[in-house]
Amino acid sequence: MTVTTIGTAQIHVDTEGFLTEYDEWSEDLGRQLAAQIGIELTDAHWKAIRFLRQDYPEQGETATLRRVSTLAGIPVKELFTLFPGKPAKKMAYIAGLPKPHGCV
Amino acid sequence: MTTTTTQPAPAIVPDFGDSAPTGRKLAIICSKGNLDMAYPGLILANAALGEGVQVDLFFTFWGFDMITKSRMGELKFTMLGNTATHMPQGLGGLPGMTAMATHQMRKQIQDIGVPDVPEFLAQIVDSGGHLWACRMSADMMHLDETDLYDAVEGIISAADFIEKTEGAQLLFI
Repeated sequence: MTVTTIGTAQIHVDTEGFLTEYDEWSEDLGRQLAAQIGIELTDAHWKAIRFLRQDYPEQGETATLRRVSTLAGIPVKELFTLFPGKPAKKMAYIAGLPKPHGCV
Repeated sequence: MTTTTTQPAPAIVPDFGDSAPTGRKLAIICSKGNLDMAYPGLILANAALGEGVQVDLFFTFWGFDMITKSRMGELKFTMLGNTATHMPQGLGGLPGMTAMATHQMRKQIQDIGVPDVPEFLAQIVDSGGHLWACRMSADMMHLDETDLYDAVEGIISAADFIEKTEGAQLLFI
């Protein structure tokens, strides 16, 4: 397992840089992870990130874009605006979770 | 005397492709109107959009059912001619069997959280996908824009679609 330094935090990550330890995450780290990929978190971002954090331990896997949209009540269009390009992966990264594996 | 400085290792951060967009494009031709054959195109389109790929879908021939308002929510699955169900082919021809098989498949799709066709198309459009209808199919079936799903951007010829998707990777389903 690899350790990398984000800001002042030492975190365990996979080869791509996704956090591998759920409990190493904090909202402060989330802000720093977001900054690494050029995103400044607003309340709208946090709504999605907090949903992902809460959903992961219950489901055992990272929520897909559709799951975030339907269960957190955030339109897909908005998720693409908040996390441009690859929204599902970017959300997972900021939330300190593995990439989602679901197809839809 | 020499001095050594220890450079901190750069942080490991995933590459989301923002620094060097690839301009990747995908063109998907949907030519089937069976429930089971509607999904591959929709799922791949959705996956590609989630990866930042530009996606254009072209609906032609039987695939027109996927975007025809009166039919898009009523696609069916039949066991007939499909050996992958591993059921005797004769069963598929019994009255009510297509309805039953369709019901079963819809339930399986719903159970894994995958939307039905109209909702899936809406998600694709919200994700930035483009829907196009085939001119020849519209003429053959005597349908116009008013008969089609609202988010369809236009009824265009095959040549127009080829022109629009220049440089794209192409899937025919």
